[in-house]
Amino acid sequence: MTGWKPVIGMEVHAELETHSKMFSACPVVDSVTAPPNTAVDPVSLGLPGTLPVINLQAVEYAMMVGLALNCEIPPVNQFARKSYFYPDLPKGYQISQYDRPLCINGWLDVEVTPEGGEPYTKRVRIRRAHLEEDTGKLTHVAGGSLVDYNRAGVPLLEIVTEPDINSAAEAEAYARTLRSILQYLGVNSGDMSKGVLRVEPNISVMHPDDAEFRTRTEVKNLNSLRVLFRATEAEIERQIGLYESGGEVQQATLGWDENKNRLVVQRVKERADEYRYFPEPDLPILEISRAWVAEVSAKLPELPEAKRARFMDELGLNAYDARVLVMEQAVAHFYEAVLAAGANGKSAANWITGSLFSLMNANGFNREDIEKSKITAQQFAELVKLVDGGALNKGTAATVLNTMWETGADPARIVEEQGLAQVSDTGAIAEAVARVLAENESVVQDYLGGKEKLFGALMGQVMRAMAGKGDPQVIKQTLTDLLEARRG
Amino acid sequence: MELSHDQVRDIAELAKLNLTEDEVALYAEQLSHILQYFERLQALDTSEIEPTASVLPLRNVFRLDEAGVPLPPEAVIANATDTEDNQFRVSAVLGDA
Repeated sequence: MTGWKPVIGMEVHAELETHSKMFSACPVVDSVTAPPNTAVDPVSLGLPGTLPVINLQAVEYAMMVGLALNCEIPPVNQFARKSYFYPDLPKGYQISQYDRPLCINGWLDVEVTPEGGEPYTKRVRIRRAHLEEDTGKLTHVAGGSLVDYNRAGVPLLEIVTEPDINSAAEAEAYARTLRSILQYLGVNSGDMSKGVLRVEPNISVMHPDDAEFRTRTEVKNLNSLRVLFRATEAEIERQIGLYESGGEVQQATLGWDENKNRLVVQRVKERADEYRYFPEPDLPILEISRAWVAEVSAKLPELPEAKRARFMDELGLNAYDARVLVMEQAVAHFYEAVLAAGANGKSAANWITGSLFSLMNANGFNREDIEKSKITAQQFAELVKLVDGGALNKGTAATVLNTMWETGADPARIVEEQGLAQVSDTGAIAEAVARVLAENESVVQDYLGGKEKLFGALMGQVMRAMAGKGDPQVIKQTLTDLLEARRG
Repeated sequence: MELSHDQVRDIAELAKLNLTEDEVALYAEQLSHILQYFERLQALDTSEIEPTASVLPLRNVFRLDEAGVPLPPEAVIANATDTEDNQFRVSAVLGDA
């Protein structure tokens, strides 16, 4: 198995979240939940006599994505017909772009954290991104297929990389970073389970002696980033296994079978696809002036990478915290709302990436669902402020956070109702410390005899004696003072 | 340029046509004649002429992103030969797009 190097290029299809379709005023609906064929018009059906007209918003969204991916936007753009014969395509061709795509020659830096390895940054070159229309949806039933054209004609951006990706971890990191950018731009929800974002790796493996690429396969039907990772890894292993046992890889399309948890071959390609592209005669050329590019460029929001740098520079966050806070737009949004409510940046970051993420994991919440919990950003900020202000110690604060998660109550109210306020009163603490020392004479003797590690045990006894509410700083000081006094 | 019989069979397959061997021979000859006309055009010197991406004088024709009213589902499937659940029903399709 040694020596083989995976070579992966990615094709991503992202639906653009416009109100109307790519080439007509037909409304765009959720193609998973909407009743079949309720968002279809004559253009979606390709009826004779219809003419497509380009959706300006879709072009601007696509330009935004291209600019965020560091692409050039060529001045002359053209649509083309891609002909193929399949029931999901009522016209018999898909309007796409061929030799004059909207975006070319970009790149995206992605941070990769391989399992058990050190994180590193990988630059993935973007070959092109072009606009096209989505196709209808087929549901296979006994003896046939049912066709729903709600999705036909929805604006679709196809983003194609160079074969720069060399592992399943890199493939996943690329898709995650790209998804994050699409979400920040507000052009795509990133919901892979609904198929609005479809990620398809093209995979081959290379031997050190190879002078050129080997046969590649394409993997489809990947409905989450996790599945992308597993399917890519499985396909790399399958190809290496075939070569090592003297076999050959056939050019094929594979799919991920969610129930069986494995790859299945969907179609073996015996001949190259022949799409007979030619310029779309129904659509005029698209000329994109440099002024227009500058205008769209100025509209770009702060992207995850810039936000991460700002969190590090302005708030002093470490690289890890900054990265996990920006990766999901919902998390960044929640964090910034917590900051706006007056919490300290570093403390809030620690509480989100630590205790809140643990609670979310334990309750089956994805990171993007952070704003769907019962805890509001305002309440979360209050909790952080209570801890920073010394009114709550960290242990008790974790308990309060659990209650907030379950009830959605304000932290101050929970503290008051459950009597959890931190005790910093030196009199009460001195009393508790003296009592613990009196009850643990032999431990005190051992400590004074040189077993300094026992300090922690005594500290714990005092915390327990105060039901976890004592201010650890004051306890530590008092305990030190009283123990040192015993030495005298 | 002469089209081979194999090329004609490939084109027929893309066009979903079943041709007899006689028809393959006939169309190979006829299509070759058509291609010869284009060869005459290609012989012209066009070095002084700007490349043309489109013959339409129009540029940048857009619509604003406003949703209109779709067809009622009954109208969508009105011409279908077979339907089920407001969807077109087609016979089982082998292969993928």
